[in-house]
Amino acid sequence: MSLWKEFTKGVLRENPLFVLVLGMCPSLAITTSVANGIGMGVAFTGVLLASNIVISMLRKVIPNSIRIPSYIVIIATFVTMVEMLLHAYSPALFKSLGVFIPLIVVNCIILGRAEAFASKNGLTRSILDALGMGLGFTFALVTISTFREVLGAGTFLGMPVFGDSFQSALIMILPPGAFITLGCILAFINKMQSMKAAKRTMVGQQVAQQQLSSN
Amino acid sequence: MNTQGNLLIVSSSPHLHSENCVATTMRDVVIALLPALFAAIYFFGMDAVTVVLTCVITAVLSEAIAQKIMHREVTISDGSAVVTGLLLAFCLPPTIPLWIAAIGAAVAIVIGKHFFGGLGCNIFNPALIGRAFLVASWPVAMTTWVAPLGLDGVSAATSVDSITTATPLAILKGGLAQGLPSYGQLFMGNIAGCLGETSALALLVGALYLLFRGHIDWRIPFSYLGTVFVFTWLIGADPVFHLLAGGLMLGAFFMATDWVTSPITKKGRIIFGIGCGLLTVIIRMWGGYPEGVCYSILLMNLATPLIDRYTRGRVFGGVKKHA
Repeated sequence: MSLWKEFTKGVLRENPLFVLVLGMCPSLAITTSVANGIGMGVAFTGVLLASNIVISMLRKVIPNSIRIPSYIVIIATFVTMVEMLLHAYSPALFKSLGVFIPLIVVNCIILGRAEAFASKNGLTRSILDALGMGLGFTFALVTISTFREVLGAGTFLGMPVFGDSFQSALIMILPPGAFITLGCILAFINKMQSMKAAKRTMVGQQVAQQQLSSN
Repeated sequence: MNTQGNLLIVSSSPHLHSENCVATTMRDVVIALLPALFAAIYFFGMDAVTVVLTCVITAVLSEAIAQKIMHREVTISDGSAVVTGLLLAFCLPPTIPLWIAAIGAAVAIVIGKHFFGGLGCNIFNPALIGRAFLVASWPVAMTTWVAPLGLDGVSAATSVDSITTATPLAILKGGLAQGLPSYGQLFMGNIAGCLGETSALALLVGALYLLFRGHIDWRIPFSYLGTVFVFTWLIGADPVFHLLAGGLMLGAFFMATDWVTSPITKKGRIIFGIGCGLLTVIIRMWGGYPEGVCYSILLMNLATPLIDRYTRGRVFGGVKKHA
């Protein structure tokens, strides 16, 4: 696989949230505003990048039987650093993300990338993988939180989008809104993919038929 | 002479055929809801007409659009969307802004019904999904109640401003100074509340028609109402008041009995009704909301597959499995 594809696979084709459906807990909980979505995405990407780098470099040193505890220790170290940084430099974001920053430790995307990718691939590929997955996750969080903030609070990044007469649908920033939004997006993506697949088989059949008739 | 009818038909089971289909049953439900509709129009005037029309038209339109987009057969002529729209309108306050009512109807049909696969596949009662969505989204608009017209001789034509008031259950819950209405007022429907829920009399007339036509099973409404009666009596509340107030009559006869979302076994239906009754009283007495019919039915809808599974009858001629 080319290096460029290694990077882009996380954004669309293997998007951690929309395609692999991993990391649901923070994605459903913190996407009440776009600012939260971006903050979580950046914090997540930072941790993933750092842990992928270290795990990829240590992959020949870590014994197989204790690899998961080792990954957790590495990830937890970086999460603690990110948490302290956020607490110091962005207290508002720290407050609104709350418990979901320490919970990045057990985020299955990060552990999944460590186990499935960084422990088997070299440094360059692991960095590209982390960047792609981080970007894909951030993109997914921003997508969900845009729907929820615009419909549920009538604002985008805190700025009002509609006129004063707009009464926002509170349910969208309540927990059910997260499930409804994510469900609709997943359904839309699945529909797109199945349409694409149907088109591909149709084209394939046509090509086969043409070959048959030309023979 | 019709010779076709005299021929023997050779076919596999089922051999009993009835004239009933989705369209005729839905027509009967609409007929059964008419008394409550007239009561709503009598007590709340033009507000009732506009809200009901908005809900029904939006429900039918969103059904047609959803089925078109999903490449399913468009089945708006079977009337199930009309019933959903009517039931949703019946559990909305009369003064609800029409755009909120329309969103509720669209959510009920699209999210409550077609996202789950359409009629027969939905796990929740669509009308109640619509109501739950609206209560969570616009709590203020959904809990602003007006006194029925004609309460003190003010006719629909002369009253310009409706009088804001509380529902009987809200009076009970909030311990408001306002006195509780009499049983007579509760029974006739001369009280504040959602459009179709206030008149127990009109709902009972419709329910009797459905029972008589065999469309609903007596087990769910009777175990539901019985549980509420016994439970409220046991904890020292007023059982008659709790039977007549709020959306209990509407919920017990028209929403809990929804064929799609209630159990199919007889024993299961009784369990379903008892569960609804217990949850309703618990929410009314100790919950955060004054009324619990909507959520208790939705919660029991969720338990329906389990109830069906555990009350499944033994197959005729089957043997008990040895463990």
